[in-house]
Amino acid sequence: MSAPSLLDQLPGLGDQARRLHAPVRLALLALTVLVSLLLFASTPLQGRVDFVVFVVIAFALVQTGVSFALEGRRHALDRLVSLLVHLALLAAVVPLVSVLSYTVYKGLKKLDGQFLTHNLTGLGPLDTNGGEYHAIIGTLEQVLMATAIAVPLGLLVAIYITEYGKGWLAAAVRFVIDVMTGIPSIVAGLFVFAFWVIGLHRGYSGLAAAFSLTILMLPVVVRSSEEMIKLVPAELREASYALGLPKWKTILRIVLPTASAGITTGTMLAVARVTGETAPLLLTSFITPATNTSPIAGKQTAIPTFIFSQIGLGRPANYDRAWAAALTLIIIVLVLYISARLLTRRNTLTRR
Amino acid sequence: MSKRIVAEDVNAFYGSFRAIAGVSLTIEPNTVTALIGPSGCGKSTFLRTINRLHEVIPGARVEGKVMLDSEDLYGAGVDAVAVRRTIGMVFQRPNPFPTMSIYDNVAAGLRLNGIKNSKVLDEAVERSLRGANLWNEVKERLAKPGAGLSGGQQQRLCIARAIAVEPQVLLMDEPCSALDPISTLAIEDLMTDLKQRYTIVIVTHNMQQAARVSDRTGFFSLEATGEPGRLIEIDTTEKIFSNPSEKRTEDYITGRFG
Amino acid sequence: MTASTERPPPDLSGGGLGATRRVGDRVFAALTTGAGVLVLALIVAIGAFLLTKAIPAVQKDSTNFFTTKLWQPDNDPSVFGIAALVFGTLLSSIIALVVAGPIAIGIALYISDYAPRRLATPIGYLVDLLAAVPSVVYGLWGLLFLAPHSDKFQQFLSDHFGFIPLFDLGKNGVVGRSMMIASLVLAIMILPIVAAISREIFLQVPQANREAALALGATKLEMIRLAVLPYSKSGVVGALMLGLGRALGETIAVALVLSLSYSTSFHIIDANVGGNTIAANIASQYQAAEPLGQRALIASGLVLFVITFAVNALARYVVTRSGKRAAAV
Repeated sequence: MSAPSLLDQLPGLGDQARRLHAPVRLALLALTVLVSLLLFASTPLQGRVDFVVFVVIAFALVQTGVSFALEGRRHALDRLVSLLVHLALLAAVVPLVSVLSYTVYKGLKKLDGQFLTHNLTGLGPLDTNGGEYHAIIGTLEQVLMATAIAVPLGLLVAIYITEYGKGWLAAAVRFVIDVMTGIPSIVAGLFVFAFWVIGLHRGYSGLAAAFSLTILMLPVVVRSSEEMIKLVPAELREASYALGLPKWKTILRIVLPTASAGITTGTMLAVARVTGETAPLLLTSFITPATNTSPIAGKQTAIPTFIFSQIGLGRPANYDRAWAAALTLIIIVLVLYISARLLTRRNTLTRR
Repeated sequence: MSKRIVAEDVNAFYGSFRAIAGVSLTIEPNTVTALIGPSGCGKSTFLRTINRLHEVIPGARVEGKVMLDSEDLYGAGVDAVAVRRTIGMVFQRPNPFPTMSIYDNVAAGLRLNGIKNSKVLDEAVERSLRGANLWNEVKERLAKPGAGLSGGQQQRLCIARAIAVEPQVLLMDEPCSALDPISTLAIEDLMTDLKQRYTIVIVTHNMQQAARVSDRTGFFSLEATGEPGRLIEIDTTEKIFSNPSEKRTEDYITGRFG
Repeated sequence: MTASTERPPPDLSGGGLGATRRVGDRVFAALTTGAGVLVLALIVAIGAFLLTKAIPAVQKDSTNFFTTKLWQPDNDPSVFGIAALVFGTLLSSIIALVVAGPIAIGIALYISDYAPRRLATPIGYLVDLLAAVPSVVYGLWGLLFLAPHSDKFQQFLSDHFGFIPLFDLGKNGVVGRSMMIASLVLAIMILPIVAAISREIFLQVPQANREAALALGATKLEMIRLAVLPYSKSGVVGALMLGLGRALGETIAVALVLSLSYSTSFHIIDANVGGNTIAANIASQYQAAEPLGQRALIASGLVLFVITFAVNALARYVVTRSGKRAAAV
């Protein structure tokens, strides 16, 4: 009679009663905090951060121990991993909150109308005024130019890959887009620096910066557009063909409008990403204290390079400017980013 | 405006796989012809050779002749795009364009073929929606998205979209298989109206439907999986369902096969 | 008679069914093909151009380009090599990956299996926000907030774990803008991408597999080990490698946080030892570089490109082979 004896070895339903319920776990946590407080009051242990770390480690040990004794090894391990997973989330949220709140806290000190409407010309190293007007102009012009090049080009390439590409040429174009995806931003800047700025003797300019940003944007635009175009159901194309529409009109009037919300999201994320790029701009548009409204000639500061150069100068006033500009940059990027995400909700296409 | 279709020895391929072989048949104007048969027998594929939609699938090709009155649709110099404008199609699942309103869906074919006069469009939209028995239900909300309609309404919207370009033939690929019985009935009634003006070919899995709506019925079948589908016989619907010439047809109709 | 998708140009005189519209199709096809060819040609041209700049520079190097640690290309004789740079690039990226990897996988599991359904998507967006913060802001934060606030932590590591070479502060060691802090900033920066891709992969495991495991009486952890991880192992490896690729190429945060030097030391908390990466070296050297120096930097940039390309290609291969769809990166 082996079957009944096997059943006897398995836990019965009654064992469920011996579970570590939420109120018990809360009590354990309270107890851990209390004991830790006593320890921090009476021993050399000190510091707020230390306290939190201490409590977390202690609670992990206590809960695992109690669970092991009460519920057995399986549940103890399960609870430990569950705790670790939650801590992992905390490990991401803490730096995010820290970066954002510290930037807001430091940046608000200097970010005002004066800062937004002045550049850095005519200032001595000890002056604390001046602003990022010229950098805002630079960022706007460079990002707009890059978008104006990368979006139409990227869209055409995406259409080529999904709708027309055949054979080795399509494979080669796909490969190049894949390669571009992995180009580090500094290398993109170096390309343009070597090829355009010094190679063709064009010098630093906003246009050169836009070229380097285009290299970074293009693969993102192509990839996201490609993915969205592929999601347009074949039935819609067939319905369009069945109405007697040629392929190009089907693509322009049916496929692209259907995919447009997704394509716009992808494009805005790409724009948000390049708006924060610093490294390629250092090598292509460089830095100047003056406002340069010409997008095609002469050095032009952008917000990221403004921050970088201010940090390099290293005086408190410079740091203040850097924080204020960092706040501006974060606001711009986050607005782009969040509106792109909100737009995703309007997306009628979903992956199956 | 309704025309006769004559298929002569039509073979359709997906890459090297032959999906249908040697189909020859005649479809008379102003009739409803139903194509029935077991799954995978090539009836939908054959339907898609009539408006040259088969060839948009990569690797797919067609051999043989399909005549629309005296013109060979696969003749040299014939543009597939023009063929599809002449021959309308309604699909298995309703597929209105999701980014367009009801009005725009119906007007899509005309607009994209270059008609911009809003008066002409208004008239055509109303005429087509009336033709598809949908006008009364949607006339108050022409600007609303077509995707907001019920499944049966969406399918009638697709019929309106197809007839708006004034085709000579209307192909229907299992148009009711995704619909409830009441919507199905509405579409079947509509077919009887539409055949006054169009030649209609309908693929259906539903033999009762074929018996209800069609004048002539063609039976497709295949010897075995992997073999091409063939037209076994085509005759008046009455004859097919009461006294078919082929044993295989009878087996299928009476439920002994498929 | 054959009818294929590609028909000969239509005859305009063909009457009723004669084609008149294929002109538009041909123009549009030519336009998109042209765009593809343009991008292809441009990238090939740039690559070839850079090689013609880099190779002569390496030939003028009086020492071995791959084993030399110094970077003095404009000296006479020219002395430069990428040994220290590659060392620093790999060390910082690997530390970043070791730190970020488990955390990112934990976050991905949280979103796919632990979070309440309503919270999962918003929390995913929140973690993605980490990717939206520009690298120069991370650099600023790392330099002015994280580094000064980590002195105690780094001192603690040195005091209690100094016997491990990594945490050895040595005699003249100073905590501060160390390799470890730079790597931690990198870890934060690559966290969202690894988390996002792993999350996609975990979410693709069919719910039925999870339910099958739970129906056997598995705990959540056992269910994950039984039903989730076996299906997503290679996808997660790919995600980690894409994160590594991102870390390898990061410039500004490292250039700002790390005290730059050409060392190859494993003493990662010693700010006196510091370190350097290929990317940071380009950002800090290009301005003062003379023609040969510029070309030397181009050569180093190509090396960086080759490394990141290899890592990314391998990652993509692993991700696609696992049959999972990687989010566009």
